[in-house]
Amino acid sequence: MQSNQVEQKNVQATAKRGIRVAVQGLFKSYAGREVLKSVDLTLEPGEFVAVVGRSGCGKSTLLRLIAELETADQGSLVFGEGSKRPETRIMFQDSRLLPWKRVLDNVALGLPKKDSALNSLKQVGLEERAGEWPAVLSGGQRQRVALARALVHDPELLLLDEPLGALDALTRIEMQQLIESLWQERGFTALLVTHDVQEAIALADRVVLIEDGRITLDERIALARPRARGNAAFAQLEERILSRVLKQPASVTDPDSSLGDLSLLKSVHQFAWAV
Amino acid sequence: MSAVLSTPATSNTPVRKPASTWRATFLSRVLPWIVPVLLFTVWQVAAHVGWLSSRILPEPFAVAKAAWNLAASGELWKHVNVSLWRATVSFAVGGGLGLLLGLLTGTFKTAETLLDTTLQMIRNIPALALIPLVILWFGIEETSKIFLVAVGVFFPVYLNTFHGIRSVDKGLIEMAKSYGLSGWPLYRDVILPGALPSILVGVRFSLGLVWVLLIVAETIAAQSGIGYMTMNAREFLQTDVVLVGILLYALLGKLADVVSRLLERYWLRWHPGYRH
Repeated sequence: MQSNQVEQKNVQATAKRGIRVAVQGLFKSYAGREVLKSVDLTLEPGEFVAVVGRSGCGKSTLLRLIAELETADQGSLVFGEGSKRPETRIMFQDSRLLPWKRVLDNVALGLPKKDSALNSLKQVGLEERAGEWPAVLSGGQRQRVALARALVHDPELLLLDEPLGALDALTRIEMQQLIESLWQERGFTALLVTHDVQEAIALADRVVLIEDGRITLDERIALARPRARGNAAFAQLEERILSRVLKQPASVTDPDSSLGDLSLLKSVHQFAWAV
Repeated sequence: MSAVLSTPATSNTPVRKPASTWRATFLSRVLPWIVPVLLFTVWQVAAHVGWLSSRILPEPFAVAKAAWNLAASGELWKHVNVSLWRATVSFAVGGGLGLLLGLLTGTFKTAETLLDTTLQMIRNIPALALIPLVILWFGIEETSKIFLVAVGVFFPVYLNTFHGIRSVDKGLIEMAKSYGLSGWPLYRDVILPGALPSILVGVRFSLGLVWVLLIVAETIAAQSGIGYMTMNAREFLQTDVVLVGILLYALLGKLADVVSRLLERYWLRWHPGYRH
């Protein structure tokens, strides 16, 4: 019942701000090496999609192409209905705060007026650090400032390039919850690139796997939000996707094994950080 | 009499911080001065007793007296003023040009291709090797001295500015561009502040170099300036005046260093390495 309400709220929120992104037949090669080979992917307005894959599989390249930081060799990229450039913001793995600007000025970067910056900082719970230099903040706080900076522009599309990769496990979970709640509130379309399958399942409506430059798995995550990581269905899903990433024989064909064999589950968790 | 001289140096520190109860602060203030004071004392005693001939090294008191006499007659200020003016103008010209060209070659690839090879060739000529040519070009007037010093200080500023611009974090530029910054705002908010630590290293290096080059320039052909004063004194075997000149250079060099440090502390106050 409760989950239904949450879903309902999601749908309402998503109508607000999110934009549709349609990627078709995207090719990209660097120095003769093909990184992406014909990628098709559609993000519905307000949808949260996570892209997972081994390092070097081309997932970051896909994000950079959608961010238009780079141009594709072939293929099309369509935002919404028209050809208008959407309001896109990126959160990088390193916070990329300007060290010579105070926290508030970092958030206000590119804004005509500073008014909304403090408000945005408040949303990530850092308003009392507004006057400090970024150098004195912790890694997690820096990423929160980076999130505030991205959201202050009220983006239609938020691209997250392994933004939590360098954070410790606890801060990571905190940040995931923050991102999820702000996404639910604002309803932007989100694309998260991560190597952490658990993170992908915790946040995304859909998890997409890129292997060798192609999308080889597109899994809808039907779990109710907020998603508890200890949940059996969660663990089962995680293990299935992870073994798919690792190209191991999926043990989930036998429904009991993923829950029954605890040692296997443990090893899978260890893998989750290694991929 | 010698006691009168040494009092300002030794008693200065405790007098300036009378209420200081912190032993650590006191020690950190006093400790750096122990060696200089000791050296002065040894020097004074050695000269006084006669181990050192005043032709080689006059006693500190004689130096102080010479400085006092020069200051009282107004001669000292005249020379210091002229030297300071020369240093400032040549630093402004050389450093300014270095900054400008460094920004240019650092920012535009075309400018680098066009200018950098030439500048690197000129850089390898010692500024002082140009002396004969400079005298032929500009005579022995002010211009020749300023030119010589300006050429010398140009390169540290130029090289460090170029390097600073080039080594600005590409990730930050990419981020700023994706946040809609371009043109002058991008330059002002990202590129210039990113290059500033490196530029200031160049500035500091140049400020040190100014005095080195000025000494030489002023000893060649001059009618005024600290260098002229010392060379003149040498002719008359006034070792005390020579020493006054040398100490003045040391003092002015230190002053320049302090100024550049203050600039660093202000402009790089965001930098963890410069916070105090």
